[in-house]
Amino acid sequence: MNRFSAFIQKEFRHILRDRRTLMILFGMPVIQVLLFGYVLTNEIKNAAIAVLDPAKTEESNALTNKLVSSGYFQLEQNIPSEADLEAAFKSGKVKMAVVFPADFSVSPNKPTDIQLIGDASDPNTATTLINYANAIIADFVQEKALVTGSGNAITSIRTETRMRYNPEQKAVFNFVPGVMTLILMLVSAMMTSITIAREKELGTMEVLLVSPLKPIQIILGKTAPYLALTLLNALVVVLVGIYIFGMPLQGSILLLTAECVLYMFVALSLGILISTKAKDQMTAMFISALGLMMPTMLLSGFIFPRESMPVPLQVIGSVIPATWFNPIIKGIMIKGTGLDVLWKQTAVLGGMALFFLAVSLRNFKDRL
Amino acid sequence: MPVIEVQQISKSYGALQALDNLSFQVEKGEIFGLIGPDGAGKTTLFRILATLLLPDKGHARICGLDGVKDYKKIRQILGYMPGKFSLYQDLTVEENLEFFAAVFGSSIRENYELIAPIYSQIAPFKDRRAGALSGGMKQKLALCCALIHRPEVLLLDEPGTGVDPVSRQEFWEMLAGLRQHGITMLVSTPNMDEAELCHHIALMQNGRIMAIDTPDGITTGFEHPLYAVRSADMYRLIHDLRTMDGVQDCYAFGEYAHVKMESVIANPRHPEQLLAFLQSNGHEKIDIKVAAPTIEDCFISYIKS
Repeated sequence: MNRFSAFIQKEFRHILRDRRTLMILFGMPVIQVLLFGYVLTNEIKNAAIAVLDPAKTEESNALTNKLVSSGYFQLEQNIPSEADLEAAFKSGKVKMAVVFPADFSVSPNKPTDIQLIGDASDPNTATTLINYANAIIADFVQEKALVTGSGNAITSIRTETRMRYNPEQKAVFNFVPGVMTLILMLVSAMMTSITIAREKELGTMEVLLVSPLKPIQIILGKTAPYLALTLLNALVVVLVGIYIFGMPLQGSILLLTAECVLYMFVALSLGILISTKAKDQMTAMFISALGLMMPTMLLSGFIFPRESMPVPLQVIGSVIPATWFNPIIKGIMIKGTGLDVLWKQTAVLGGMALFFLAVSLRNFKDRL
Repeated sequence: MPVIEVQQISKSYGALQALDNLSFQVEKGEIFGLIGPDGAGKTTLFRILATLLLPDKGHARICGLDGVKDYKKIRQILGYMPGKFSLYQDLTVEENLEFFAAVFGSSIRENYELIAPIYSQIAPFKDRRAGALSGGMKQKLALCCALIHRPEVLLLDEPGTGVDPVSRQEFWEMLAGLRQHGITMLVSTPNMDEAELCHHIALMQNGRIMAIDTPDGITTGFEHPLYAVRSADMYRLIHDLRTMDGVQDCYAFGEYAHVKMESVIANPRHPEQLLAFLQSNGHEKIDIKVAAPTIEDCFISYIKS
């Protein structure tokens, strides 16, 4: 049997016989996509609200109904007086309160106030809820104006919003590409660094080195199986995104595959680089988790927008492969863009792959 | 031309001098033993010979090839068995052997007759994972893997460690059997009793070689009379004998204590003197006999001198 194919066969045996590796390889991607897709969404539905309505006019009732029927809010309680507001928020039962004035009426000539009170102990939820409510109230006012037929100053500018590419603003459109950057990095970099470190830890690396195998053969033999398995993983994540969460795939599937392979090369070479430094599996895992996973998750723009980060963090973020890979997947899947637009990101990833591969080959010693 | 040639090799790790100016050579088809306790520098020397470490000073040559310049060629003709069990625990016996054969561009069939006497013993377990083998069987498998490409030189770093005495005995018989194939073997061990099975041995301590000779040559070099002494209270016996005039050293040796005399000429009156001294110190059940010096006795002498 050929040297190299024997090596790859051995590597597949390691992978298939280790339940932990199999779990990380095949359980984790699916679990992560499902978790991010179902649990960690920033859309809010059926938030409990309280209404304080001393006016009890037809209009205030209509507005309350409009809020509740939107699907975003659920009327938890009608509050008799302002003194009870405090208790309602403290009990945590309501996330937002709508307070009508005693003389509530919508008339073209007399401006009127509505107070929206949010529970900002969770600022993200509070802001989102207030925005929803504002939009619904504005809509309500506009409808009123049309009915009464008055063209007053408040209603003369009408904004018309269209959310392109993701009209329903599904969070999954953001999470599926994000999870892909994460999973591919995790599997490629962490698994390769661990598997090479394991040979060192167990002493088998010593024997491999004292064999006619060239360093490049050892490296390729260790990484090739993971490259294949990671590609399989990417496919699973994309399929889950499309068939379970309704992600579109507008662009070329061939281009998507090629870009995934490119990104995996970057991740694999990072994994090799880590393994040249790490003496055992624990160290390898730690470096990959802290050095690769965390930045990929936090700094690449997957969860937090890069634009609002302090400049030093933006700079760090710009050397993270995921920062460049994320727009590529989004572009191909959601917008259907091609290389004519994505050439820059692709070139950066290509450069990174070459750079890290060269550095790790230089660092891979064929002695102890 | 010697097959293994070590010339004035030194290696240190920071302040620790692991190897200090070592030189020796091993002829073709020989079993050469490096004998010394843990920390003597045996593993460092093996790694230098296996081209895994670079010496600070000196040269190592294998079959005339330089350990630094021609390390790639050396790796083709070398069989190396590190001290730590270094096979793949999650692969079966047969898969391990197949893998190492393929890595060296060989196959099990091609060199089967070389490993047959050894492999036939573990063949009944060929579908068992290597991790589930006993220490002795692991060692046999490791030897098979190191041999499967028919190396010219075999480096065995402490093959007897963690192996039961019976398996160890069998292991040495296998090594003796490999000589007929012209394989040169360098074996390290902390067990002095294994030394007698080598053709030449080097006694190592603290990175230095104290003596190189045949096992017989080493023991005949022991010039002092040696007695094996026993009594009911061994602890006190050793303590007392160390204070006796004419005794250079006394140390535990199995069930007996070995007593090394100061004089270099055997005196027939020594046993009487020892007996009288012990009786006067109140010892009971005294047994005294002449002992033939072993490698261990020589080793202890070298350390103390």
